Amino acid sequence: MMDAAPPAVVPTRRPRTRRSLFLRRPFFTLALIVALGFVLCAAFAPLIAPYNPTLQSIEAMMVPPGGEHVLGTDSYGQDILSRIIYGARYALVIAFFAILIGATGGLVLGTAAGLTTGKVEWVLMRLIDSILALPSLILAIAVIAILGQGVDKVVIAVGISMIGPFSRTVRADVLQVSSQLFVEAAGLMSISRLTVIRRHILPNIAFPLAVQITVRVSEAILVSSSLSFLGIGVTPPTPDWGLMIAEGRGFVSFAPWMSGMPGMALALLLIALAIVGDGIREEFDPKMRGGQ
Amino acid sequence: MTRPAEGHDPQPLFELIEVEKVYMVRRPGSVFSTAKVGLPALDGVRLKIRKGASVAIVGESGSGKSTLLRVLLGLTRPTEGRALYQGRPIDEVRAEGREFARQVAMVYQDARGSLNPRMTIGALIAEPLRHFAICPETDLPARVKALLARVGLPAEVADRYPSALSGGQVRRVAIARALASEPTVLVADEAVSGLDVSTQAQLLNLLRRLQREMALTLVFITHDLGVASYLCEDIAIMYLGRIVETGPTNAVLNAPAHPYARALRRAAPEFFAPITEPLPGEIPSPLDLPPGCRFSGRCDRVQPDCHLSDPALLRFGGPAANRAAACFYPLTESPTAPQKRDIHA
Repeated sequence: MMDAAPPAVVPTRRPRTRRSLFLRRPFFTLALIVALGFVLCAAFAPLIAPYNPTLQSIEAMMVPPGGEHVLGTDSYGQDILSRIIYGARYALVIAFFAILIGATGGLVLGTAAGLTTGKVEWVLMRLIDSILALPSLILAIAVIAILGQGVDKVVIAVGISMIGPFSRTVRADVLQVSSQLFVEAAGLMSISRLTVIRRHILPNIAFPLAVQITVRVSEAILVSSSLSFLGIGVTPPTPDWGLMIAEGRGFVSFAPWMSGMPGMALALLLIALAIVGDGIREEFDPKMRGGQ
Repeated sequence: MTRPAEGHDPQPLFELIEVEKVYMVRRPGSVFSTAKVGLPALDGVRLKIRKGASVAIVGESGSGKSTLLRVLLGLTRPTEGRALYQGRPIDEVRAEGREFARQVAMVYQDARGSLNPRMTIGALIAEPLRHFAICPETDLPARVKALLARVGLPAEVADRYPSALSGGQVRRVAIARALASEPTVLVADEAVSGLDVSTQAQLLNLLRRLQREMALTLVFITHDLGVASYLCEDIAIMYLGRIVETGPTNAVLNAPAHPYARALRRAAPEFFAPITEPLPGEIPSPLDLPPGCRFSGRCDRVQPDCHLSDPALLRFGGPAANRAAACFYPLTESPTAPQKRDIHA
């Protein structure tokens, strides 16, 4: 009964002849190594750091870089290298959880705005617009003003400020995916709306969302450091880069390393993350492929 | 009470009675005004599809083929008239549950677009099997394999993604997926267009074989008269939202009654023959229909009264009783050919 029609010839999958991603993109590789270095520092901070980051010493105040303290000490005699290593921990943890809040909130809000119509969509879009209307730093300051200071508050503040941009892009992707034929085909099979969303829409927006996350990590770090720099983020003596830059500001003319070292660490991480994010996006985002 | 047998099924599977579908659109050219005008995509369509029949719906782009399809599938509700499935309104039957969705399967023109790119072929075919509970979970792999074999694809394809397959293979997958729910009606929208000739021939043979083996009712939308005559017993020719001629495919194509059907027939290229004069003019905008017969502006046999009233789709008398045309002056003479009778009047 199941007599087969002449079998169509299926070409065997062509072996990938393209060179490895890491060889084709040397800057991406370098940036990835730097970023991973920061992650390792953050993970194994107690093993790597030569001193306790909050250990103050009256004898070793404002020691210039070199010698016993490789990157010098600050005005309280705390070892700057150790503080930078521990600071990576705070920067990355804050960024991770803030992005988690932002991406989750953006996913929920953006999906809802993309799938609803009429009044509900209008309300959701105005909500997203109102989040987007304020720059993330200003919005984060507003949230801090309500919640108060501390690492957990910074996470929440930065997370909320990221919901807006995430929802925008998620909504655009949802609109694009749900206009595709396979979504209509699933509806034609009378598959329920929720199943269609779960099985056909969400898997197709997961990848663009992942790309967004890699691109926005650096923004989250920058906003959280800015909060600390302004003195409304984490509280001293927590080793946070923004805080360290702020503390060294008064001594910049005769002890520039106090602000300079954490500033350099921050700049290095942000540049590395930006290059990694761009590389991932260019490599995997089908929309960018044509432009190469 | 049984009705006397008349040689055909008393209750057709699908029946469209004076179906109209008007889309509200903004008047073209108006930038600031939001006034809407009605665009009749379907205008008084009458069509009966018997169980087991194979019907080709042919027409130029913009003739309302796709809208007709959406009405048949219950995706849009006609603005006027009735669209019935086994005697009941289609959108009602669809809203009732999965049964209609299981019975009526669709093969899209853009087969690749109709397959989720993030699912393997196996998962795509298993989806309707699972959804309609066609077979127990343990039989799924075997069932997927059998369906792939049925459309002539090797079993290894099940682990691939649609992007790894060629255009012809993707169409086969779409057909396999449509067949998975064990439908009684298969609706195909340009299922073989845009493929190279050998692939097209393979798919046509496959569809014909499937139709015979599984006793499918086939509704095939195409603009290719050759495909229509190969695959379908009956043909319905559409022009500007209305069916202008129906009947058995070969009879209609050999001796078209409606001037538009003849023009389509002549426009099809043939071997060793020069292409005849194409139809003069463009298809008019449905927003701005000519008065009287909608084909009168392009018809080479136009008479003065063609501009006065709109001809209805009327059956021929005599031996050609299974044919109908919407023309006051049909090309094929038949003993009691209806002349200038408009049932609207």
